[in-house]
Amino acid sequence: MKKTLSMLLAGAMLATALTGCGGSASSSSDSQNSGSDSTASGTAFKIGGTGPLTGAAAIYGNACKNGAQIAVDEINAEGGDIQFELNYQDDEHDAEKAVNAYNTLKDWGMQLSLGSVTSKPCEATAAENYSDRIFALTPSASTVAVTADKDNVFQMCFVDPNQGTASAQYIAEQKLGTKVAIIWKNDDVYSTGIHDKFVEEAKTKGLQVVSDNTFTDASANDFSVQLNDAKSKGADLVFLPMYYQPASLILTQANSMGYKPKFFGVDGMDGILTMEGFDPKLAEGVMLLTPFNADATDEKTVSFVKKYKEQFGETPNQFAADAYDCVYAYKQALENAGATPDMSAEDLCDKMIEQFTSMTFDGLTGEGMTWDETGAVSKSPKGMVIENGAYVGM
Amino acid sequence: MNKLKSYAASKRGRDTLLCFGIVIIAYIIVQAAIAGGGISSQIKGLLVPICAYVVMAISLNLTVGILGELSLGHAGFMSVGAFAGIVTTTCLADAIPLAPLRLAVAMVVAGLFAAIAGVIVGVPVLRLKGDYLAIVTLAFGEIIKNIVNVMYLGLDDAGLHFSLVNQNFQLGDGGKMIINGPIGVSGVTKLSTFTSGVVLILVTLFFVLNFVNSRTGRAVMAVRDNKIAADSIGISTSHYKLLAFVVSAAFAGMAGTLYAMNFSTVTAAKFDFNTSILVLVFVVLGGLGNIWGSIIAATLLTLLPELLRGLSNYRMLIYAILLIAMMLFNNSSFKVRLLEKRAMRQMEKAEKAGGKKEGA
Repeated sequence: MKKTLSMLLAGAMLATALTGCGGSASSSSDSQNSGSDSTASGTAFKIGGTGPLTGAAAIYGNACKNGAQIAVDEINAEGGDIQFELNYQDDEHDAEKAVNAYNTLKDWGMQLSLGSVTSKPCEATAAENYSDRIFALTPSASTVAVTADKDNVFQMCFVDPNQGTASAQYIAEQKLGTKVAIIWKNDDVYSTGIHDKFVEEAKTKGLQVVSDNTFTDASANDFSVQLNDAKSKGADLVFLPMYYQPASLILTQANSMGYKPKFFGVDGMDGILTMEGFDPKLAEGVMLLTPFNADATDEKTVSFVKKYKEQFGETPNQFAADAYDCVYAYKQALENAGATPDMSAEDLCDKMIEQFTSMTFDGLTGEGMTWDETGAVSKSPKGMVIENGAYVGM
Repeated sequence: MNKLKSYAASKRGRDTLLCFGIVIIAYIIVQAAIAGGGISSQIKGLLVPICAYVVMAISLNLTVGILGELSLGHAGFMSVGAFAGIVTTTCLADAIPLAPLRLAVAMVVAGLFAAIAGVIVGVPVLRLKGDYLAIVTLAFGEIIKNIVNVMYLGLDDAGLHFSLVNQNFQLGDGGKMIINGPIGVSGVTKLSTFTSGVVLILVTLFFVLNFVNSRTGRAVMAVRDNKIAADSIGISTSHYKLLAFVVSAAFAGMAGTLYAMNFSTVTAAKFDFNTSILVLVFVVLGGLGNIWGSIIAATLLTLLPELLRGLSNYRMLIYAILLIAMMLFNNSSFKVRLLEKRAMRQMEKAEKAGGKKEGA
């Protein structure tokens, strides 16, 4: 038994080691300077964030880290009064590790926090933020529980339920369809949150939900039942509140059974065009609501995308843009408040709460963003449609 | 005094004193450091998780080390305990305002629930041996995870509401969702403290060590060493197997409560296969059947990845390499030689002491 056991454990460890490697490989060039690009300490505001830099969710964590890094580098290069020092710590998409990472950042002297990248870890760190009075602005943790009952935790992304409401409104206002089918993942926080609000809003907007079907992690490899149900009930629009991996399969299967309704996605759909093994032609005509579009032609986006590609060799996604906006939102708020880097985290926290609830911010992911007292952002989502393999605003 | 000395000289006595000694001394040192302010918030945040993992390691050692059955689903019991504990503390929030007492009650309830789960799994499963048992316990851990993932539990004035797969109930005014399906638990009032963690470790140690050194414990070890021989002298093997397994499950449940009440949010996904393996690594590294070894291994391996943060992205790689190195050392002839040398020295000492006595 001992031998089996040692073999088993050796195997498990090897797996751990390999995931570790995978994560660090994908984060590419900047792995050495992840600690801090410090311009003289003590004269810069210390911003800390946690996110999954290794493991299965590493793509999101690294995107945020890279996006924030670009913003910090730009601001520091300008040489204005506000200088930043950035420190991203790995939380492996785990609430326990996120709290550890948060405590490490606290020891480092973090004055402003970027919360955590993913929702559950961010809920755990947000509770710490609240009790320690360190202000947090999370780029991408989107559940309501992150900001609930905490006056100093704010979000840069839409809250999940808001996406559902916004999608239903958009579909009704643009008259994209009247009979809607929904396919959603009921063991997933993100999908469940959007679905529930969508159904609620659809009722008030006079949309008819004719088919409402679920899948889980385990059954995410065949959607013929759900699609047939939608088809037989005559749905002219299929709403897909999910990430792009299952969505790609739905599009493929719908195509092979010759079912051609309109497909409508949410921001998790972002990434489908660059997915390996997926024919982008199938995504033609798919509509999605997303706050960021890497193909946009405005000056800010173009320069950000160019820099990101140069430094990290890939096209930035929505997460990177959100993190970039977070750093600039901090800059604007600090300038307005006249804050100086020698202020304590607690003093900064009060000033930031005051600023964020009153200021308007223009960033990559939206113009004229405002925050309410709960910490949720209000910005208008951009409706995009995929044409000739690229997003086009609609 | 002499009695204590001779107790300490026996292997059993030495192990017992060592276990309690490590925990109490560590507690005093940490409390002194907290009072003196010489402790980073990083370490402070790790204290309760370490306590929870130590209890997990001790309890799993009972199954793997003392009973000799490989269990890969220990995190499943932790999960049962964690969620049972959360539900209990939430329901009793008004009835018992005193936090430590509420935590203690929650732990007892969690222990009971985990023990029930232990019986349910143990009765059919303990008829299996070796790898088969490992696989079934692994499956059990996954089942628990998936059940909690589709469980909806809410509390309002009318009492507890429960449904599976879809939320089929509406909460009245002032109602609160406790377990919200895949979203898990949010907004837990943290009750766990380092002191409560250490108390739980001490209780676990007291119980487990007495269990191991009792008639029952010797029967369990007899079953481990030779089932046929144990059968032949009239020991009811399945009875003792189940007993050890259920005790182990109960303490894992209590550790689960301690762990869950330290974070503001908990999901079922946390208690997956990886957590089971992690605890198993503690046990194997500390030595099968060696309780104080488990305590040290659990502490060390929980601290290690955090202390390696300075290495940035390489830390998980270094952590894994260190683990492999430690495992190799544990099984190496080098360690055997070291142990032999120590035994020789002790024998020499004993001889000398014996000689003196005779001379006098």
